[in-house]
Amino acid sequence: MKYLYYPGCSLKGSGKAYEESLLAVFRALGVPLAELDDWNCCGATAYMSVEETKSYALAARNLAIAEREGLDVIAPCSACYLVLNKTQHALQENAGIRSRVSGALGAAGLSYQGHVRVRHPLDVLINDIGLDAVKKKIVNPLKGRRFAPYYGCQLVRPYSTFDDPVNPVTMDKLVAAAGAECVEYPLKTRCCGGSLTGTVPEVGQRLSYILIKEAMKRKAEAIVTVCPLCQFNLDGYQDQISSRFSEVRLPIVYFTQVLGLAMGLPSGQLGIHRGIIDAGAVLTAR
Amino acid sequence: MRIGFYICHCGTNIAGTIDAAAVRDFAAELPGVAVSRDYKYMCSDPGQEMIVQDIRDNKLDRLVVAACSPSLHEETFRKAAAKGGMNSFFFQMVNIREHNAWVHEDKAAATQKAKDQVRAAITRVRFHKALEKKSVPVNANVLVVGGGIAGIHAALTLANAGKTVTLVERDSTIGGHMALFDKTFPTLDCAACILTPKMSAVKNHPNITLWTYSEVSKVEGYVGNYKVTVKRKTRYIKEDLCVGCLDCIEACVFKEPKFRDDFNQGLSKRKPVYMSFPQATPKLVTIDPETCIQLKTGKCRKSCAEACDRKAIDFELKDEMKELEVGAIILATGFSAFDPKRHAYYGYGRYPNVYSALEVERLVNASGPTNGEVVLRDGKHPKAIGIIHCVGSRDEHTNKWCSRVCCMYSLKLAHLLKEHTGAEIYDFYIDMRTPGKTYEEFYDRLLQEGVHFIRGRVAEVNDWAMTPEEEGKLVIRVEDTLAGFVRRIPVDMVVLSQGLEARKDAGDVRRLFNIGCGTEGFFQERHPKLAPVSTFADGIFIAGACQGPKDIPDTVAQAGAAAAEALALVDAGHVELEPNTSHVVEEECCGCKSCVPLCPYSAISFDEAKKKASINEVLCKGCGVCAAACPSGSIRQNLFEDEELFGEIEGVLS
Repeated sequence: MKYLYYPGCSLKGSGKAYEESLLAVFRALGVPLAELDDWNCCGATAYMSVEETKSYALAARNLAIAEREGLDVIAPCSACYLVLNKTQHALQENAGIRSRVSGALGAAGLSYQGHVRVRHPLDVLINDIGLDAVKKKIVNPLKGRRFAPYYGCQLVRPYSTFDDPVNPVTMDKLVAAAGAECVEYPLKTRCCGGSLTGTVPEVGQRLSYILIKEAMKRKAEAIVTVCPLCQFNLDGYQDQISSRFSEVRLPIVYFTQVLGLAMGLPSGQLGIHRGIIDAGAVLTAR
Repeated sequence: MRIGFYICHCGTNIAGTIDAAAVRDFAAELPGVAVSRDYKYMCSDPGQEMIVQDIRDNKLDRLVVAACSPSLHEETFRKAAAKGGMNSFFFQMVNIREHNAWVHEDKAAATQKAKDQVRAAITRVRFHKALEKKSVPVNANVLVVGGGIAGIHAALTLANAGKTVTLVERDSTIGGHMALFDKTFPTLDCAACILTPKMSAVKNHPNITLWTYSEVSKVEGYVGNYKVTVKRKTRYIKEDLCVGCLDCIEACVFKEPKFRDDFNQGLSKRKPVYMSFPQATPKLVTIDPETCIQLKTGKCRKSCAEACDRKAIDFELKDEMKELEVGAIILATGFSAFDPKRHAYYGYGRYPNVYSALEVERLVNASGPTNGEVVLRDGKHPKAIGIIHCVGSRDEHTNKWCSRVCCMYSLKLAHLLKEHTGAEIYDFYIDMRTPGKTYEEFYDRLLQEGVHFIRGRVAEVNDWAMTPEEEGKLVIRVEDTLAGFVRRIPVDMVVLSQGLEARKDAGDVRRLFNIGCGTEGFFQERHPKLAPVSTFADGIFIAGACQGPKDIPDTVAQAGAAAAEALALVDAGHVELEPNTSHVVEEECCGCKSCVPLCPYSAISFDEAKKKASINEVLCKGCGVCAAACPSGSIRQNLFEDEELFGEIEGVLS
C-alpha cells in the first residue's frame, strides 16, 4: 500500500495541523505517503465559475503528473477532493472539455488517460487499511469523551462513493475506534458558511454558529472535522460569533488529531497547539 | 400448397411505419402464395370474414397473418381459420407491430424487416401439421392465497356461487392491512365495522376452508388441475379445542408483555402467547416459538397450559403438510409498506416522534395501543403535527411510482389527528392526487377544516434550532412552491406517509406460481387493460395490491373480477390445452434419461420396462427444454419441429 499525497494550499497554510497529524498517523500505520511532485493549486471552487477550461486544465495537471506514478492520490482537503473528482468526471463525460484540456496539457508536455483514483483519507483508512488495523494501534483510547463528527458539505456530495451522502458514518467509526463517543449530530453535512464567512460574515457566521451551538447542546466536547475550511471557519471566529449571537466555545479538531492522540503520538507532531480554541484538554481520556 | 397472406395496418400502429402495400405485393410473389391482401383492421369482423371467405373461395390450405403479438390475436385468427374449414394450426402469425413498427423509426428499413419476417413465416407454414387441442376436465375447487380484504372478498364471492374454496393466510388471522385501520377514506366508515362481518362470514361459510398461519409451499399441475401443497404451521394450540378465552395469555409466566407486538406496529408489547386483536379470525391464540420459553428451552412451568381448562395447548404439535387439488388459484398476497428508515432525511428511527403512517393508524385506532389517544413516544400530546406525503413514492432514489392511496389516507389521518388532538396540522404534498368518487370533496372538506396544506417536497426533518421557538421541536424544512420560498416549520410530531411496494418475497411467490413480476416488483397482469386479473399462467389470477398499489374500493372490485374469472374457468367444466407439447419418438430414444431432470414441470417419466422416456402431454407446457437437450433428437415438439424452425431461419435469411 502506497499513496501519493496531494496537500493543496490549505494543508501547507491554515490547515498545517491537518497535514502534520495526517502524515503522523499514516506513518504510524506504516502506510507511506509520497507528496505529489510539482503539484499546483486545484483551482478550488472559485476558479471553476470564472474560466471553465483553464480551471479543469489546472486540476488535470495534477492528475497527469500523478498518473505517471500509477498510484492513487489522497486529497485530504474537501475542496481539493471535490475539484479533482469533478475534473475526473468532466473529462470522462464531456468530450469537448476532454479535448480542450488534453490540448492544454499537451502544450506543457503532459497527457492524461483518466486512470488516477482520487481518494479521501477516510476512504483509505476504512476501506484499504481497515478499521481493525487502526484499532490495533490505539494505545490511548479517549474514554469518556463525546465528540460531534462533522463532515461538511463537499466531501460526501456529489462525487463520493465511499460513504452515505445523507448520513455519512466513516468518521464516526474512526472516532469510536479512538475510544470516544459520537454524539447524535444530524448537522454533520450542513454548510459551515464556506467562503461566505469572508465575504458576507453575518450570513456565514450564522451557519457556523448553528453548528457549534447544536454540538454544545448535544454535549459534545469538540467538533471533529475532515475539512481545513470548516476547521478554520468554526475555530477562528468564535469570539465574533459569541458577540453576534450567543456565547459559544468549543474546540474544533481534525479527525487525524483525534486518531493520532489515541495512537499515542506526541501532541507536538499533531499540531494540537495550532488551534485557536485550545483542544488539548479534551483530547485525553477523562 | 395454397397459402393466404394478410397484413394488418392496425390503423396507423403498423401502417405508420411499415409500407403494408409493399409487403403485400412482396408476399404475393413468394412461392405457394395464392392470396395476398392488406386491410386496416384484420382482427375486426370484416377482416376475419375476408379470411374465412378466401379459405372457402380459393381453397387455401395455409394461413399467415402479419399483425400484432400472437398473445393478443393468435386465437382470433385460429378461429377464423377453423371457421373457413382449415385446421387452426395451419396458421402462423407474424408480429410486425411490437417486434417492428413500434420499435423502429426508419420506414424503409422497417418495411424490409417486415418482408424478412413475412418470408420466414411463409416458408415455415408449409411444414405445419394438423393438430388438435386437448380437452381436459377442470377441478371445480378454488384456492385463494392471502386473507386481506381482496382474498376475503374473492373467497366469499366464489363460495356464494357454490364453489368449494380454500383460503390460505400466512398470518395468524385474516383481515390484512385493513384490520389495522380505524376509519376508511373518504366516507370515514369504521374499518372494523365493515371488515369484521366479512371475516366472520369467511370463518362460518360452509364452502370455505380457512387455513391461517399457513403458507403455500409447492404448486404442481396446470390450468384446471393444480396440486398445491400447503404448510400449516403449528400454533401449538389444538385448534378444535381453543375457544379464544385468553386465560392462557393471562397465565403466561411473563407477567408483563415483553415482545414487539407486530399488529400494533411495535407501539405496544405482547406475550409469547397472543391473539393479534380481539376480532382475530379464527379466534385462536398462537404461541410464538421465537419468544416462548418452553419452545426455546423446554424449561418453563407451562402455566399457560395449566390454565387452559380445555387442554388446548400442546407443545408437541408439529407443522403439517396438506395437499389440495384445485382448478384455479387467486393470488391476493397484498403489499408491504415502504420502510421510512430508507429515507434518511426524514429522521425515522432517529427521532422518536417521527411516526410511520401505519403506526399512526394504530395510534388513532379506538382499539389500538393507546385506545385512540394520540400520545407521543415521549409521553407528550402534540400541538403541531406535520404529515409528509410521498415517502418512498415518486422518488428516484427509492420507488418511482405513485402509490395512489397516500394522498387520500394522509387526508384521512389529518382529519383524525385534528379531531383527536386539536393540533395544528401541516400537510406537505407534491401534487394532491384525489382521483376517486367523492375523493376531491374530501380534500375540500379538509381545506374547510383548516388543515395547512403546503405544496413542496420536504427536504428534511431535523431537531436543530435556528430560533428559540424551534428549540425542542422537530423542524420540517421545505420549499413552499406556491409561496416561493423555503420554510422551516416546527412541530411536535411528524407522520411519514409511506408508499406501497411489493412484498419482500414477491419474487419467490412469483416463481412458486410461475407468474411474472413487473420491474417494480408487483405481479404482472396478462394485459393492463383487457386482462387485468389474469396472468400468463392459465388458471392463476391476481387481485388487490399484489398487482399494484390500490385502495379498498379498487381492491374489492378487482377481487370480484378475479373471482368471476376463476368462476368462468371452473364452471366450464373443461379446458382446452395448447397442442405445442413435446413427445418422444420411442424407436429413436436411447434411454439416456438426460431429459428427465431437466423438465421444469415434472412431465417426463422413464419407463423402466421399455427403457424409454415418456412425456405426459397434459403436464407439458411446451417450453422446449427437453427437445433441445435430447442428444438423439428423439424428442419432438409440436409447432417447433426441426423443419419448421429451419424453414423459418431459411426464410428470414434468404
